[in-house]
Amino acid sequence: MKRLMLGNEAVARGLYEAGCGVVSSYPGTPSTEITEHVSEYQEVYSEWAPNEKVAAEVALGASIAGARSFCAMKHVGLNVAADPMFTASYTGINGGFIIAVADDQGMHSSQNEQDSRHYAIAAKLPMVEPADSAECKNYVKAAFEISEQFDTPVLLRLCTRVSHSQSIVEENDRVEVPLKEYIKNPQKYVMMPGNAKGRHVVVEQRCKELIQFAENTSLNTVEYAANNEIGVIAAGITYQYAKEALGDSVSYLKIGLINPLPLKKIKEFASKVKKVYVIEELDDIIETHCKKNGIDVIGKELFSNIGEYSQKLIAEKILGKQTEFAEYNENIPVRPPVMCPGCPHRGMFYTLNKMKLTVSGDIGCYTLGAAPPLGAMDTCICMGASISALHGFNKARGAEDRTVAVIGDSTFMHSGITGLINITYNKGYSTVIVADNSITGMTGHQQNPTTGKTLRGDIVEQISIEKVCDAAGVKRVRVVDPNNVEELEAILKEELAVKEPSVLIARRPCALLKYVKHNPPFKIIAEKCKSCKACFKIGCPAISMANGKASIDSTLCVGCNLCKPLCAFGAIAEQGEEL
Amino acid sequence: MNNVTSIMIVGVGGQGTLLASRILGNMLVGQGYDVKVSEVHGMSQRGGSVVTYVKYGKKVYSPIIEKGEADIIISFELCEAARWVSYLKKGGKLIVNTQKIAPMPVITGAAKYPENVVHNLKATGCHVIALDALSLAEQAGTAKATNVVLMGAISTKMSFDETIWEQTIAELVPAKFLDINLKAYRLGRMLKVEE
Repeated sequence: MKRLMLGNEAVARGLYEAGCGVVSSYPGTPSTEITEHVSEYQEVYSEWAPNEKVAAEVALGASIAGARSFCAMKHVGLNVAADPMFTASYTGINGGFIIAVADDQGMHSSQNEQDSRHYAIAAKLPMVEPADSAECKNYVKAAFEISEQFDTPVLLRLCTRVSHSQSIVEENDRVEVPLKEYIKNPQKYVMMPGNAKGRHVVVEQRCKELIQFAENTSLNTVEYAANNEIGVIAAGITYQYAKEALGDSVSYLKIGLINPLPLKKIKEFASKVKKVYVIEELDDIIETHCKKNGIDVIGKELFSNIGEYSQKLIAEKILGKQTEFAEYNENIPVRPPVMCPGCPHRGMFYTLNKMKLTVSGDIGCYTLGAAPPLGAMDTCICMGASISALHGFNKARGAEDRTVAVIGDSTFMHSGITGLINITYNKGYSTVIVADNSITGMTGHQQNPTTGKTLRGDIVEQISIEKVCDAAGVKRVRVVDPNNVEELEAILKEELAVKEPSVLIARRPCALLKYVKHNPPFKIIAEKCKSCKACFKIGCPAISMANGKASIDSTLCVGCNLCKPLCAFGAIAEQGEEL
Repeated sequence: MNNVTSIMIVGVGGQGTLLASRILGNMLVGQGYDVKVSEVHGMSQRGGSVVTYVKYGKKVYSPIIEKGEADIIISFELCEAARWVSYLKKGGKLIVNTQKIAPMPVITGAAKYPENVVHNLKATGCHVIALDALSLAEQAGTAKATNVVLMGAISTKMSFDETIWEQTIAELVPAKFLDINLKAYRLGRMLKVEE
């Protein structure tokens, strides 16, 4: 059957069809849907791990045990998983093992732009890159075969435009791949120095064999045009952009195995055309490979190493073709993402802003607390960094303690715990707020160890943040409802005054969770409204000005009661309240 | 250079643009086209500006649409139409829901919501079709069906039989909301739109 599938969904389908047995991942845009779709296949064991390092280690363990195994992450997640990945290159595999990494060119929802191909080179691992959903499915199968043929983990590189585009995929049946026999082999799997030295030799030999493979694999394809003027070398999504911009008028070398790169094949291609363009987003990896081997190509002198490309950009740069378009001659206000109406983080950030605290932030929905009017975040580095960076900030500046860290429940489980342990161990005194909305919010409601549910919704032991903090040596752990802003402020003042570590769990479930009951919408009593805009301070998207008075959008308001106390004139009323 | 048709669906997170793109994409696959649908999500649930690309033809390569390339843009919100109009091909069609949703900088008073948008859109030379899809959806039974009203409106600009649209809606909308959605689709389709 043929149907439209998201690139990520097609990766999941490929895992199912290829007989994959174990999947472990941590959610991260644009990779998240792979694991969500895998969980629909009962034949594949799948789970959310607390972070990418754990996920990669689980999958490697499953591979050593003999199963085809897989983990998915976004580019910054691979930084977290880099440690086991580099050593997995040495141990090799038993059952096929794939690590999928989704880069986010253009930073649609990421804190940096990072070219994961560097990791393939650095860890000496083969990497494949599909260009659409059909290839997503097929390359998963090819990657398992390469993995088992060469005894190596294989990286599957995706990008936002492949992961989050739907194109047509043909569904096939699953092939049951029996568990491979596990044979004890410490020389291969115990990476202490003596064994690792031997394995490095194996890795280098494998690299040579992979280069031979790269010259002949059908993953790298050539299409020659009728004339020999222009040749394009591209991989993944840039091949699609080039194909749309330049059509059949030029020749293509489409690279599907992007590490290692073939040399003879590129040389042969370059010899048959007059001019060769290398079109690759982010860094100049193919271009450098060509140039250092004496192949004359045009690359980054025309194309940026920042952001995404498009067919229009390629047509402009190569053909000098300009597209006409209409211009709207007035500034359109930007529409940044905002915290939802009723978001439990709003009361917390309102309070932090009011108290003018320095806030060490983290990655999640609550990163939006950095935007006006709340504007209550000073730093945001990477998952888990809020707590450890605050400790450093406080050690550097000493006595003035007007600082807090803010971290979500999922992020705390991901890598906040170790930072907290560091605070108690190294005689810190920082105040940490765990913004516990009882779900992994930003990536679209994934379960995590604190929610008491697995990826598939099974009920499990709920990890208590309170007890974890207690075990980490934090004596002062308190729970507060972030919508109770008066209590929150009072507790914060107490905790900031104390020179010892404290954790404040600001607990209220995400307003978008299905089980969360909402109150009827509030309304503005126009006669009482003095148009002072005090109610705007909480940055609720349901409140705006209409005809000179404040107005509450009844389709958005969930009656969270944060705005009402802000009005000194009693102009905000609950449903049914006397006017 | 090739005969690919490019449609953009733009709006505000939470307005149902994703379902609209699914209806359109599935309908086109059913008609035997090569189809690519691309969306930016991640932060889109949180009230940000959202955009979906739907492209179809004999063979589609790039999943994205660039400035000056769209044949049709459907905007679920008024000022989003102004934001994306430069993506329209010369002489392209712009279907715009006149509903206004104030972006956060407008709410806080840091920016102004643009005025005379429909007039200014027409001044760019594109073919503007403006309609109050929200009222029509409410007339059909729920404000949530605004997206399907707009599918009805775009269907008048595409050469597919209405039974094909209605079948696709029936496949993708939960059964208990089907009647309201079919009513919404028909209201959008029947509309004598201001052009």
